[in-house]
Amino acid sequence: MRKLGAVAATGAVLALALAAWTRQPPLPAQGGAKVTGKIKFVGTKPAMPKIDMTEEPKCKAKYQSVPTEEIVVVNANGTLADVFVYVKSGLPASYQAPAAAGPVTLDQDGCRYHPHVLGIQVGQPLAIKNSDGILHNIKAKAKANRPFNISQPTVMTSSKTFDKPEVMVALECNVHGWMHAWLGVLPHPFFSVSGADGSFTLAGLPPGTYTIEAWHEKYGTQTATVTVAGSEAKTADFSFAAK
Amino acid sequence: MIAGPMLALAVFLSAQDTTAGKSVYVKWCAGCHGDGGAGDGAAAAHMLPRPRNFSSGLYKIRTTASGQLPTDADLLRAIDQGLPGSAMPGWKTRLSDAERRNVMAYIKTFSSFFADTSQHVVPLKFSSPPGSGTSDKAIAVGRQFYDSIGCRKCHGDQGRGDGPSAPTLKDDADFPIFAADLHQSWRFRGGGSVEDIYRRLRTGLDGTPMPSFADLIDQKFLTDEELWRLAQYVRSLSPEAQPEVRDVVHAPQITGTVPVSPDDSAWARVARYWFPLVGQVIHKARWFAPAVSGVWVQALHDGTTLALRVSWDDRTESPDTAWLKFEQRILETVAGDDSAGSPKAEPWPDQLAVQFPRHLPQGMERPYFLMGTATDPVYQWRWTSRPRRAVAGLGRGIERFDTLPGAPAGEAVYTHGEWRLVLTRALATSDTANEVQLEAGRAIPMALFAWDGSSGEHGSRTAVSTWYFLALDRPTPPSVFISPVLAMLVTLGLGLVVVRRAQRRGAVPSHRNV
Repeated sequence: MRKLGAVAATGAVLALALAAWTRQPPLPAQGGAKVTGKIKFVGTKPAMPKIDMTEEPKCKAKYQSVPTEEIVVVNANGTLADVFVYVKSGLPASYQAPAAAGPVTLDQDGCRYHPHVLGIQVGQPLAIKNSDGILHNIKAKAKANRPFNISQPTVMTSSKTFDKPEVMVALECNVHGWMHAWLGVLPHPFFSVSGADGSFTLAGLPPGTYTIEAWHEKYGTQTATVTVAGSEAKTADFSFAAK
Repeated sequence: MIAGPMLALAVFLSAQDTTAGKSVYVKWCAGCHGDGGAGDGAAAAHMLPRPRNFSSGLYKIRTTASGQLPTDADLLRAIDQGLPGSAMPGWKTRLSDAERRNVMAYIKTFSSFFADTSQHVVPLKFSSPPGSGTSDKAIAVGRQFYDSIGCRKCHGDQGRGDGPSAPTLKDDADFPIFAADLHQSWRFRGGGSVEDIYRRLRTGLDGTPMPSFADLIDQKFLTDEELWRLAQYVRSLSPEAQPEVRDVVHAPQITGTVPVSPDDSAWARVARYWFPLVGQVIHKARWFAPAVSGVWVQALHDGTTLALRVSWDDRTESPDTAWLKFEQRILETVAGDDSAGSPKAEPWPDQLAVQFPRHLPQGMERPYFLMGTATDPVYQWRWTSRPRRAVAGLGRGIERFDTLPGAPAGEAVYTHGEWRLVLTRALATSDTANEVQLEAGRAIPMALFAWDGSSGEHGSRTAVSTWYFLALDRPTPPSVFISPVLAMLVTLGLGLVVVRRAQRRGAVPSHRNV
């Protein structure tokens, strides 16, 4: 038995080696270029609707003051958070995305989604977590992908994947009408969401000229064209104005 | 070798299907579903729920997992049987098998997903229901999961669609959507059997807030059997069969006085009659989305007073400010007619009207059912939830109601999405010119109207019934009760005589033997 195993193992190694030898050298999945930037916000920060969590004391207890919706989140430094920035076009047709490292987690905590805006690669698992332990349903109102609507009445995690690129998939909970999240599904890893400092980073870009789009839930989209070579680092700032 | 021609044949057949299907579609379906299948036909704006938009390939009633395309059999079921509780009728008796198959094939062309070969349309495998599904134990287990998986959030504590999240619900097209009233299984879109309910729990209703609960079995939150118990509990909330509509409401005569309270135990022994209601679409402003689909009526009299108990499901004790936004969305969604612009949501009360002619007719002639006319008015009782009172008056057409001095007594209770109202009035009154005199043994024409204020119903925006009859039964003569008892006693006596004789005869030989 042991011999048989050894033969099989040797065979497998040889087969792998052969496969590696016969295959064309793969195109570089990652380059060394980088695009960074800030999302500026111009105008008066709009007041966000307050969320009445009276019906969900478990969630309500997680907040010191009355929580508000997260449609527009303006940072202390005057920048805009939750802007999805991604490479819309410009990657060579032969580009092959590296396999995603692991799942992306969307957490339902305090009857809100964390994060509110997120990106994922095609085929990459989305781990949908219910940390609240009360009933949430997660409805993905996908258009290019097939939608889904599943229930999580307890602390649990469900996994879902998306087959096709789609910017953006709206996620919502119908038990709690205020719960909304936005998911960008892309065939590559070049996406970023502006955070608490309003900045974003698209790293590891192969050389090329790219159309970069910045998407915001309320203020729509803006695009910029950026050309990078080798391990260049370029800046692309975006500015959204209050409406 | 065979695959090539077979494929060609299949392609040919499907092409033929869709061409033939298109002509069926244009003739029978486009009026509601629209020429392009976007659910935007000429009649669509008056409907709630709206006709299906076929372009996204999203269907409520399927045997496939959440988000998956339906099978051909799923689509055919909807075409054949229609979707109860919506405007979609069944077509099985109106269109031929080929026509229905062809139109199904054509409907699939509206969404590119059906042509996408990466879509795997796999019907789920469903188990069979575990037995003793109507036992108290099964129902109790089902109720336990009704609570633990949070059904009440939308469907309410007693399942009448009045949960705290209900006023925020919308479908994928942002139209307002009601959480189903689980007490009316005959109106469930996908059918009202235990099997149907179990399937909806497994698959969810795509495009609506109703999710799939299938993952909970995989994650061992509940077992497949427990999901069946939940379905059995939900089924237990509705009558065994769709209520039959009968023409005559019988009011038995009781000894003592009639119960005036809606929750008096006497009502449990009185037969219920179902009055289906429809939207008032004859006079402007028309109303195409009646919130109250029907009312249950019970009647009793004691020789001097009539008591009428009307109970109906209503998600709100109107006016209810929690529902004002929902009401506004309904009014914006359901187009009325050209008589006025879109009405604004207001905190209207709930209302119920019981209508009689002023005089009992000799023949079949009755006043105009829709609240009478200026020259031939009707006599009505009108009850409102706020102010909580009942009045009597004359309806002179849908726009005019003249209150009379004498009013019926009204007592109403609202709990968990249900109104229970008892109206009582003396059979005979002094105003014989205007107020109907209720006589035993006569067929008394009666019609009903119901308004749900929180659905924007007020004035002519109401739900109506046609004329039915109320019959005050004459007291049952004592002989009816006594004769069977006498007959039984006589039979028993004769039987005893026969047995005695037989015993005596039998006793003699037995003695001899000893």
